[in-house]
Amino acid sequence: MTRSSKKPSDRAGHPGPVLFYNETILEHFTNPRNAGELPPEETDGFGLAGDPHCGDQMKLWICVRSGRIAKIAFKSFGCPGAIATSSMLTALAQGKSIQEAKGITDDDVVEALGGIPERKKHCSLLGVKALQAAIADWENRGSIPKEARP
Amino acid sequence: MIYLDHNATTPLSAQVLQAMMPYLRECWGNPSSPYRFGGEARAAVEEARARIARCAGCKPSEIVFTASGTESDNLAVRGVARASRSRGRHIVTTAIEHHAVLKTCEALAEEGYQVTYLPVTPAGVVDLSTLAESLTPETVLVTVMHANNETGVLQPVEEIGRLVHRHGILLHVDAVQTAGKFPHRFADIGADLVSFSGHKFYGPKGSAGLYVREGTPLSPLLTGGAHEMGLRAGTENVAGIVGLAEALDLALYSSQEEGRRLRRLRDRFESLVRGTAPSAKFNGASAERVPNTSSISFKDVDGESVVLALDLKGICASTGSACSTGEPEPSHVLLAMGLSPREAQGTVRVSLGRDTQEEDIEATAKALAEVVERLRALSSA
Repeated sequence: MTRSSKKPSDRAGHPGPVLFYNETILEHFTNPRNAGELPPEETDGFGLAGDPHCGDQMKLWICVRSGRIAKIAFKSFGCPGAIATSSMLTALAQGKSIQEAKGITDDDVVEALGGIPERKKHCSLLGVKALQAAIADWENRGSIPKEARP
Repeated sequence: MIYLDHNATTPLSAQVLQAMMPYLRECWGNPSSPYRFGGEARAAVEEARARIARCAGCKPSEIVFTASGTESDNLAVRGVARASRSRGRHIVTTAIEHHAVLKTCEALAEEGYQVTYLPVTPAGVVDLSTLAESLTPETVLVTVMHANNETGVLQPVEEIGRLVHRHGILLHVDAVQTAGKFPHRFADIGADLVSFSGHKFYGPKGSAGLYVREGTPLSPLLTGGAHEMGLRAGTENVAGIVGLAEALDLALYSSQEEGRRLRRLRDRFESLVRGTAPSAKFNGASAERVPNTSSISFKDVDGESVVLALDLKGICASTGSACSTGEPEPSHVLLAMGLSPREAQGTVRVSLGRDTQEEDIEATAKALAEVVERLRALSSA
């Protein structure tokens, strides 16, 4: 149990104030990991994901070296849940092999954050989708010689 | 902590608490009891009713005590609809009402009533020409808020009253955001029913009221004992009612001076924000507004993220109305004013109050600039 989950606002079904995010989420929201973009020369894959339910949007860049995610960066337009889950997702994916990165699920992100308010669960899908899109982009690019890429 | 969410709620005034204490401690009798101990509580309730009537400019018998602004709105809208069923089943409201009115109208629509939702101008003011067109012989009630809780924009309720009364239609005004903020008596608005709620003007939560003009057809929501002229059964919240009267009296006493002070601070705040975020949009700023409210749309950032980042800096502000926080849908009020869902998503509401000082405004504008800049740098939009 996280500290903030003891607040009365955390009762099931109650919308509650924004502060019922736990300390880990608040920390990732305040100091997001891997925030920003990768320069074009380091970008081996790019993914974009949007959540039509809340209007949140995420962009994600990966740099792949020897089959591993050497660098990762993201930008996010969204609620605290979207920012914190995006940040945690990039932290989880950093250094992983492509195969391992493909296996990261939204539940992994939520677990790593120590839980997330029920109404924000859908946020964690955003980052996972963006990562999968970036990996798919990398795989597609792989069939095109680097010199011939746009 | 810097508290800038007075449209959500206000702190209980020390003087109000003092007035309430005897009715929480010594004088805890039931006002309906036949002995003198109950009579003391009855006297307190009726004295409070008379005091509020003086503030409101009406007869004491025209004030009904309820437990919330939401209940007052429900009593007014459902109560008139049910009592006027044989006359007609059409209700006119606006697209920017509080959920207490909107959801009640939706519930009535499911019971077979027809509901018209009037549009608003980009400045957030109800379009009067559409009101005239919307009225039919079936129309029994028009319900319009006095000031919008998200933008503070004032609605032309006096004009609306004159128009609907010419057609023999009743007017309900949700004055929850204006009661205690203006020196004028809210019965003078020209409405047949007016909702007000204590905790918006430094009174206790759980204590509110409805002005009901004499002769207005109204069915109760709560049936039981003959409390509140048969319009609201249930043992009176004596301390809450005493607090409501004390708070309204106090608020009205200083409303003019306080209004001027808040307007100056609000305008200063908006000019500071304009200086650091030139693309910021001030919703409803071209209309007449309550003096304490500012609704700001920032480009490319999410309002909830701004609110949380401010919260972590010890500043309490809000996205839209407090009740809809947690809903992923963008504000119905801002969408009705023509904002895009993205613009609505980037909106923050700041509402000033009695304890707000110049330095709070300056600190908040500075924090807001930092937060918006940080989130914008992170933004993918």
